[in-house]
Amino acid sequence: MRDKINIGYGQGFWGDSILGPVRLVNEGPLDYLALDYLAEVTMSIMQKLKGRNPAAGYATDFVQMLDRTLPAIHEKGIKVIANAGGVNADGCLQAVLELARKKGIKGLKVGVIDGDDILSRIPELANGGHAMKNMDDGRPLSEIQDNLLSANAYIGAFAVAECLAAGAQIVIAGRVTDPALVGGPMIHEFGWSPEDYDKLAASTVAGHIAECGAQCTGGNYTNWREVKDFVRIGYPVIEGQSDGTFVVTKHEGTGGMVTRNTVVSQLLYEMGDPNRYLGPDCAADFTSAKVEEIGENRVRVSGVKGSAPTDTYKVSLSYNNGYKAVGQLTIAGPDAIEKAKLCADIVWGRLALDGCEFTDEEKMVEFVGAGVTHAGILESTQPPEVVMRIGVKSDNKAKVNRFGSEVVPLVTSGPPGVTGFAGGRPKATDIVGYWPALLDKSQVQTRVRVEES
Amino acid sequence: MTKVKLSEFAMARSGDKGDGSNVGIFVTNDADYELIKRELTVERVRKHFEKICFGEITRFEAPNILALNFLLRDSLGGGGSESLKTDAQGKTHGLGLLEMEVER
Repeated sequence: MRDKINIGYGQGFWGDSILGPVRLVNEGPLDYLALDYLAEVTMSIMQKLKGRNPAAGYATDFVQMLDRTLPAIHEKGIKVIANAGGVNADGCLQAVLELARKKGIKGLKVGVIDGDDILSRIPELANGGHAMKNMDDGRPLSEIQDNLLSANAYIGAFAVAECLAAGAQIVIAGRVTDPALVGGPMIHEFGWSPEDYDKLAASTVAGHIAECGAQCTGGNYTNWREVKDFVRIGYPVIEGQSDGTFVVTKHEGTGGMVTRNTVVSQLLYEMGDPNRYLGPDCAADFTSAKVEEIGENRVRVSGVKGSAPTDTYKVSLSYNNGYKAVGQLTIAGPDAIEKAKLCADIVWGRLALDGCEFTDEEKMVEFVGAGVTHAGILESTQPPEVVMRIGVKSDNKAKVNRFGSEVVPLVTSGPPGVTGFAGGRPKATDIVGYWPALLDKSQVQTRVRVEES
Repeated sequence: MTKVKLSEFAMARSGDKGDGSNVGIFVTNDADYELIKRELTVERVRKHFEKICFGEITRFEAPNILALNFLLRDSLGGGGSESLKTDAQGKTHGLGLLEMEVER
């Protein structure tokens, strides 16, 4: 057992730059590499992919990343923890083993964690008295049960630690929480128990700081002019200690910065009640964390307090919730805003002429450049041009597509100066609804399995 | 005492929480923390975001990091993939709050 480990966090979300993990592996010391590939809607996309091809349904980005890094990871003995399994962790495992064989790497141990995917068990669970009401508004599951696309429980760090204890160098999970990708290695290396709430809470805080990659090293930072070398921005490295204290840093010579302010910024990201941040393994009190700069690009976090978790897992369900389409055109000045407003009225008017009407709730118009993101706060009255974004949503797909055909004609049949129609007709796409709920922990059993190349 | 924008001495970060957003704002010294605790009332934040947030606003304090955290319900036009808005995740709401002027 060690008393200190380095965990790099190389991927903040599905779609993050491949340079994050590639450079973490190549540019500095690392014991563990944690990678997050999932977002709330990702699981539904993966279920659809798996529906079309039983071998799909995991994050192929992960395998592409390993294609560039596996020899170095193998040689240096870096352990990798990724929730790249999506809804097909086994498919991901087979792809990684195949890649290892192709690269002539023998004896690579790859583990999977499953049990988080509860989609096929929803009817049985619902009939068995597990209500899974919408956590936000209390609506009953029956409202959406026929339209479900995915259903997953947020698994905690102990399953990750179990997979490491089983000998895996690469751990592929489905829906584990983002902080568990950091907590798992700490539990495994430091021998923490499920009752070590303060330490588990500290690992939750560490994971929360790192879980969006470069967002704690200068990315998305308010005082962006202070940030040097965005191009080569370093991804975070957590130096964890067995007592739960940790240092946030980045590799020597990389861009960006780690300061009290960049770390505090990320502590606040997607924060609810800071006194009680609930996860599967503990409740963390973010107001107990002491954050201090102890050197250049080194911030120590200590004193974190935690308490027992609840007896439920958060589960995330997604469902089909109709269709949407958004189109955009650029309207040049003079009088860009006035003309853009006329354009929007023309679209709604022509649709109405053809018997196609939408309610106010189904319609959306924005004039980007006039004050959209800062509506009512920062607005411009005479910008040289604006982008009109216009969209609808509806349960009726044909109606949404009918809307899509009335945007581009404005170029020749509206006011002057309308351009930028390169995207063509906006087409109806699925709206994926998100349904957060709670489920008794006793209903979810995780399993780990390790295979070797 | 002069009127200054929060952006002159405070920093912020925001993101999505279901159909709403969270806006975290923090400062770097105790005097400024007392100031933002006094000035940034829920009522004032509601008025500031009146064209963005249409639901309940809750305020939390994290004195250890000299921060306040606001939860703005119904501020994303549905949130997630349901929203048609440009900023469906509320990522810009933090910068929006920093545009507010306070006496300092």
